[in-house]
Amino acid sequence: MLSDKDRIFTNLYGQHDWGIDGARERGIWDDTKSLLALGREEIVEQIKGSGLRGRGGAGFPAGIKWSFMPKESDGRPAYLVVNADESEPGSCKDREIMRNDPHRLLEGCLVAGFAMGAQACYIYIRGEYYLESQRLEAAVEQAYAGGFLGKNACGSGYDYDLYIHRGAGAYICGEETALLESLEGKKGQPRLKPPFPAAVGLYGCPTTVTNVETIAVSPTILRRGPDWFAGFGRQNNAGTKIYSISGHVNKPCNVEESMSIPLKELIEKHAGGVRGGWDNLLAVIPGGSSVPMLPKSICDTVLMDFDALREVKSGLGTAAVIVMDKSTDIVEAIARLSHFYMHESCGQCTPCREGTGWMWRVMTRMVKGEADVDEIDTLLDVTYQVEGHTICALGDAAAWPIQGLIRHFRPEMERRILEYKKSKQAAAE
Amino acid sequence: MPKLTIDDREIEVPSGLTVLQACELAGVEIPRFCYHERLSVAGNCRMCLVEMERAPKPIASCAMPVGEGMVIKTDTPTVHKARKGVMEFLLINHPLDCPICDQGGECDLQDQAMAFGFDRGRYAENKRAVKEKFMGPLIKTIMTRCIQCTRCVRFSTEIAGVEEIGLVNRGEHAEITTLEKAVDSELSGNLVDVCPVGALTSKPYAFTARPWELRKTNSVDVMDAVGSNIRVDTRGREVMRVQPRLHEDINEEWISDKTRHACDGLGRQRIDQPYVRRDGKLVPASWEEAFGAIASKMDGLAGEKMAAIAGDLCDAESMFALKQMMNGLGSENLDCRQDGAKLDASTRAAYIFNSSIAGIEAADAVLLVGTNPRWEAPLINARLRKRFLASGLKIGMIGPQVDLTYQVEYLGAGGETLKDVAEGRSSFSDILKNAERPMIIVGMGALARTDGGAVLALARKLADEFGMVSDDWNGFNVLHTAASRVGGLDLGFLPGEGGRDLESILDGAGKGEIELVYLLGADEIGMNNLGKAFVVYQGHHGDAGAHRADVVLPGAAYTEKNATYVNTEGRVQLGRLAGFPPGDAREDWTIIRALSAQVGEGLPYDNLGQLRQKLIEAHAVFAAIDQVQPGSWTDFGAAGDLEAAPFASPVANFYMTDPISRASDTMAKCTEAFVLGKQEGATGTDG
Repeated sequence: MLSDKDRIFTNLYGQHDWGIDGARERGIWDDTKSLLALGREEIVEQIKGSGLRGRGGAGFPAGIKWSFMPKESDGRPAYLVVNADESEPGSCKDREIMRNDPHRLLEGCLVAGFAMGAQACYIYIRGEYYLESQRLEAAVEQAYAGGFLGKNACGSGYDYDLYIHRGAGAYICGEETALLESLEGKKGQPRLKPPFPAAVGLYGCPTTVTNVETIAVSPTILRRGPDWFAGFGRQNNAGTKIYSISGHVNKPCNVEESMSIPLKELIEKHAGGVRGGWDNLLAVIPGGSSVPMLPKSICDTVLMDFDALREVKSGLGTAAVIVMDKSTDIVEAIARLSHFYMHESCGQCTPCREGTGWMWRVMTRMVKGEADVDEIDTLLDVTYQVEGHTICALGDAAAWPIQGLIRHFRPEMERRILEYKKSKQAAAE
Repeated sequence: MPKLTIDDREIEVPSGLTVLQACELAGVEIPRFCYHERLSVAGNCRMCLVEMERAPKPIASCAMPVGEGMVIKTDTPTVHKARKGVMEFLLINHPLDCPICDQGGECDLQDQAMAFGFDRGRYAENKRAVKEKFMGPLIKTIMTRCIQCTRCVRFSTEIAGVEEIGLVNRGEHAEITTLEKAVDSELSGNLVDVCPVGALTSKPYAFTARPWELRKTNSVDVMDAVGSNIRVDTRGREVMRVQPRLHEDINEEWISDKTRHACDGLGRQRIDQPYVRRDGKLVPASWEEAFGAIASKMDGLAGEKMAAIAGDLCDAESMFALKQMMNGLGSENLDCRQDGAKLDASTRAAYIFNSSIAGIEAADAVLLVGTNPRWEAPLINARLRKRFLASGLKIGMIGPQVDLTYQVEYLGAGGETLKDVAEGRSSFSDILKNAERPMIIVGMGALARTDGGAVLALARKLADEFGMVSDDWNGFNVLHTAASRVGGLDLGFLPGEGGRDLESILDGAGKGEIELVYLLGADEIGMNNLGKAFVVYQGHHGDAGAHRADVVLPGAAYTEKNATYVNTEGRVQLGRLAGFPPGDAREDWTIIRALSAQVGEGLPYDNLGQLRQKLIEAHAVFAAIDQVQPGSWTDFGAAGDLEAAPFASPVANFYMTDPISRASDTMAKCTEAFVLGKQEGATGTDG
């Protein structure tokens, strides 16, 4: 279990002052100038050395991503865009950071932005996060007043501006290129890649889009050294991470823990265990609604990190652990997720626009068993027709929950179909 | 030149291409719906997915630039699976109403479903239905058929320059919509062509014919002086529709709405037999009677008392024949400039669009003088917009203040401003001076007035002053509005030695000095000025000319004859017979040939080949089909002062500029919707 001295987010639960004074007591904005004095390349090297991987879901190594930004400007400005459009069902970690520790994010924005050569930073915050946007706005004001942002930020001689932009509540705007479109005032629809944002991003300028948590941990990594951060978790899965545990547990919570912690330990130690005991567990969605679920047999032993979850054909995602006990109607739960993805599909490309609706309609029938057994295979085939064929990853996200369901709970689906058939037959006789 | 491997074959392609284009060069067909060569890449239909080595997922070939050493596979199970999957998704919400769909038989979705799709459906749920949208008198919508490829959105915003179509809502509910009003663009008919399915179809053509019933004839358009290449689709002798034909140097693959939709005018108001005026009324007559009436009038009439005026839609052959006949009768009173434009035919460079239409794409500054290209030549306007979008072309404008769909610097209304620019007193003078390939486009609004000659001379001076003419560049351009004009000037359908021009002919007719006027399809002159003159009208529509005439000779419209036209660039093109003229009407040159024999001036040719040979002997430019012959850069124009009156565009209503479009029902509806602003039939919030 992570000891308190190793926690990065020391005000995750809001027991302390979120404002500038409280933040300074927690060591934020403490000699940030010296962090910047390391220089762009050194900061990127240290982040690379820490093994920090993106916390937004894809898990791309952060240092490498930052290094994609042009070293020399060709005349265009460069931007850092922080993706605070946290909309994945189950995930609520960024909310807590912005609500209770906004300065930690802002300091990260300065350090990371400097490391990328960005002149300005935009924080694109989910529209529903009203309180959080207010806090963030207030914190930005405090930081400007304190000379930490703006002209000659933190006395480093570096000019750096930061803007908050509120989204309007579309899940797709959490996809990085759709976010850029939305930020530019257009309809939130993902762009084609290439070109990647590091070459052509916001307003056609080099841009890096990064998750809130990734940015927020970076100053602490620099202060305490990459080796300290790399000391947590297994090889390639370094660091600490905020887990959002929800669902059928006794104490749903956000908690910062070491990477690679066993799932069972995470639930039992921090969330008060599964409702009705571990044996009452049916399945867990380990990384936010888009990753395939795991049945109890896998949950018993699996570790919470990128590689371990990939091995069991799931993913760490945003580390939003959704726990479902045996009272759950597992098919209906996934049908609900299918509805979510159908509702949030942007409609730009064919497989997702047409496929999400198809999948949801079949799933709705599957809940009652109003289908043929071989329709399960058709449904699975449709998920494969969507997966990997779309412009952005929402197609994959819509397909995976259903794939997880069919992989682990096919007998349950078949049982319902046969039972429904039987009841129909009985009614007919 | 990157080298890549496509299906185990190495190929070297120019850099900057996409994988899809490279595949085409390699001879591999990639199915696609949203991709269109002339529109931006959307990459949303996902039909063009191919496999690329080292890529974890199939890639959209339309959006992926080629790279050195790429290995592309287009014929693997993964690719087939992806295509079948996308095809299935496209069809699940498509109504599959091909038997009642006008796109049937020429539908990308239909064709590709045959080639790449499943043979059965697995989708058992209810289909989506989408409400129709109102797009005006030209476009019929059946939005349930839409596959959301957004080609129409991209066409209207990029090519047409009207942001009136968009994709609203998201997911399954995404739909293409308009602002509940007609798409206000002269190029809107092309939306029907870019739509790969039957969502947008032609309203006037709805349910009239199937593509396989139509005979297709390649021809050229005469509705403006651009000479767009068209394909005329006929059933029997009826023209069912006009479609664009690819010509990169002229119209690319677009045509204007008038070109496309005025064709229903070919079936209305037609003159299908000769008429002779008796007791003040036109009565049907035989050819003999009509010719007899003319011959008896001409008998003994001195040549200088006769005159001929050629209209805007005339072909070169008939003008040449008429010229020879009139000259033979001793008349030098000829004019093909029925709008009175003070064009100077002394050198070809003085009256053609010297830079060529495609040359616009090399220009870096343009001065528009007395022209509204959006209405006078929508495709030249589209080129200007294309160049503007590509390079931020600087465009200055003197004349009518109109929205041209791109940014222009409005300089002023008339000759005074032109003088300011020419003499370096305008802000635009510096732009022209600093430009490498500056261009001036002079419209008929500046030339068809009494000081037209002086305007022409000033424009020439300006072109010289700002370096518009050099060894490899001639930026002096005249934008004509009449399809016959350049041909007429080329073959000298102009006042000869001591002959009268239009103004003088009309004047003479009013005074009784001219006793016979031969109108070859000329309908735009003031008929009241013809006084008591005996008027012969040869043409195809009962318009102003026929109304005034004493003898009416039924001619052929442009789809009904093999004929030569020269466009505003000076490009010689051949129009072809797509269907025979109605009733007793005949190809125009044959009428003149027959009449010439009656009046004792028999012309020396009996078939079109002989006529063309004579034409080429007399005027060599007609020999080179589809070529532009430049003219020498000599002095032209006339001395004189400029008047204060502003330049006005000669086109007051784009949809009605000639006898054919005036007879067209569709053009009448367009006039009502776009010019008069009445939009009946709007849906939704419309009361």
